[in-house]
Amino acid sequence: MIWEIFRQDRKGQPFEHAGSVEAPDAEFAEAWAREQYGRRGESVALWLAPREAIHAVTEWSDEFDLKYRRVDGYSIKARLKEARERASAESG
Amino acid sequence: MNELLLSLADDELVIGWRDSEWTGIAPLLEEDVAFSSIAQNEIGHARAVYELLADDADALAFDRPLEEYRCAPLVELRLLDWAHTIARRWLYEQADELRISALMQDDDARVAGLAAKINREEAYHRMHAELWRERLAETPQFRTAVAELWPHALGVLPAEQRGALAARVELEEVDPVERGTHSAELAELWEEMTMVRRSAPAGAQW
Amino acid sequence: MAAVEVPRSEQAFLEYVQAGGQVETTDWLPDDYRAKLVKFIEMHGNSELMGVLPEREWILRAPTLQRKLALTAKVQDEVGHAQLIYRVVEDLGKPRARCLDDLISGTSKFHNVFHYPTKTWGDVGVIAWLVDAAAIISQKALLKCSYAPYARIMKKICWEESFHILHGRDVILAMVTGTPEQFGLVQEALDRWWGPLMQFHGNPIPADDDPMFRWRIKSQGNEEARQQFLDGYVPQILELGLTVPDPKLRKRDDGVWEYTEPDWDELKSVVTGHGPRTAERLAFRRRFIEQEQWVRDALLVA
Repeated sequence: MIWEIFRQDRKGQPFEHAGSVEAPDAEFAEAWAREQYGRRGESVALWLAPREAIHAVTEWSDEFDLKYRRVDGYSIKARLKEARERASAESG
Repeated sequence: MNELLLSLADDELVIGWRDSEWTGIAPLLEEDVAFSSIAQNEIGHARAVYELLADDADALAFDRPLEEYRCAPLVELRLLDWAHTIARRWLYEQADELRISALMQDDDARVAGLAAKINREEAYHRMHAELWRERLAETPQFRTAVAELWPHALGVLPAEQRGALAARVELEEVDPVERGTHSAELAELWEEMTMVRRSAPAGAQW
Repeated sequence: MAAVEVPRSEQAFLEYVQAGGQVETTDWLPDDYRAKLVKFIEMHGNSELMGVLPEREWILRAPTLQRKLALTAKVQDEVGHAQLIYRVVEDLGKPRARCLDDLISGTSKFHNVFHYPTKTWGDVGVIAWLVDAAAIISQKALLKCSYAPYARIMKKICWEESFHILHGRDVILAMVTGTPEQFGLVQEALDRWWGPLMQFHGNPIPADDDPMFRWRIKSQGNEEARQQFLDGYVPQILELGLTVPDPKLRKRDDGVWEYTEPDWDELKSVVTGHGPRTAERLAFRRRFIEQEQWVRDALLVA
């Protein structure tokens, strides 16, 4: 079985995918992942999951280009420039 | 006390040396990595115990004549097959737990403290050995190996602890292979272990 | 705007990776890219695995407990790297058992430096310091590999390799400040390893003619890597009072290193399986792989 290994650098950090190990069961996977991903003290915690347990999602649709949902959906610069110019003209 | 600690240190040194022989050639890459950590831990234990006994751990580890080592016959054996290696790991850790538990009660706080540290690390070794023992228990290779090494395993412990060991591993006590005489295999190991060190004058830096 | 899509034509894919795009295991890969990728990564895995053998003899002979531990840890890392690398190859479709079969049958290759003997403790220092340095230069260039799963493991590999160089340098420094005989061991080892080191990064085909570079599997040409190695390490070698056994070696005013042309015939001969220790080491690997097949069977793992 392939086991995906997620490791945590230190408490508070997210668990990140670190690699995979082939092992017959969870006990061997743990024994081996401990050393492969922790012998230098680089991880404070590990999550191990059989590869089949991972449900991957890789596609989205955005047929109608809903810009307000994204950072590039707002063009602040031009309007800000106009507003500043107007404010300084009025106070000047 | 020194004899007991020196035996412990020499056992850990030599079994660590033997276990390190598997680095690079273990049956699976994942196991190779894990097993190497065990070997390194054992060398680390030896070093820590030597440091209790003398200022220079390296001098104790390398610079004694062969007759002065106090290691048990079990650890001296060169076992380049996996069944014997795991059998030895398992038997050794079972015996060592009894020895270390006694040392954890020692009057000398430094000894008791060190024994406790070693014990915490060896908990992982015991788990690892048990994991493998379960998998290999029904194989003829493993059964043969245990039978061959059992007399040697008994020799790791003083007589009064052997009954307890036999009970733990569920084997009948037999005539042990006692400490006291060193094998040709240890002599070979010692030659190799000390050859680089002996090539420079005493006190040379490496 | 849809999520980044990996193009499905070879030309578009080429443009995509050359612009810095990366791909995952589940993306469409051109057949040539996939084939070259597997071969390249497999050779790396083979090299880590074979690189263990010259060094492991010295684990048993290490002259202090600290050196023993450090060298064991270094070799342990290399086995760990082989594990990471073969997993990547397996996810690309070639199982580890087949990789190992091809390795021991001589069908697949491993890097030149691991075909040579190690003769003294001086070799231990030179390998950990200089051979690993040459390898790290190549490995850092792989951090940007277009195939993301490989790029990701390279991060861990490079991090662990940095410990090896420290260890190597420490071993060398202890010897060059030790007895004249110890200094001599280092110089003698350097004299023997210089040739293979200069060949290590491969012959200087222009980056654009190198398919590994075209596909951005490698992000650096061979000569660039070699120049980087010389730039970084020749000054370090010389400042210790060691000499480099190449009378033509010099740095020009324009910063380019000149050197005696490495023996490309030797490189070719060695990597195709005719190195001084090739047969012996492959036989050693084969012995243990075969001997312990029953263990893998008992675990029901390939």
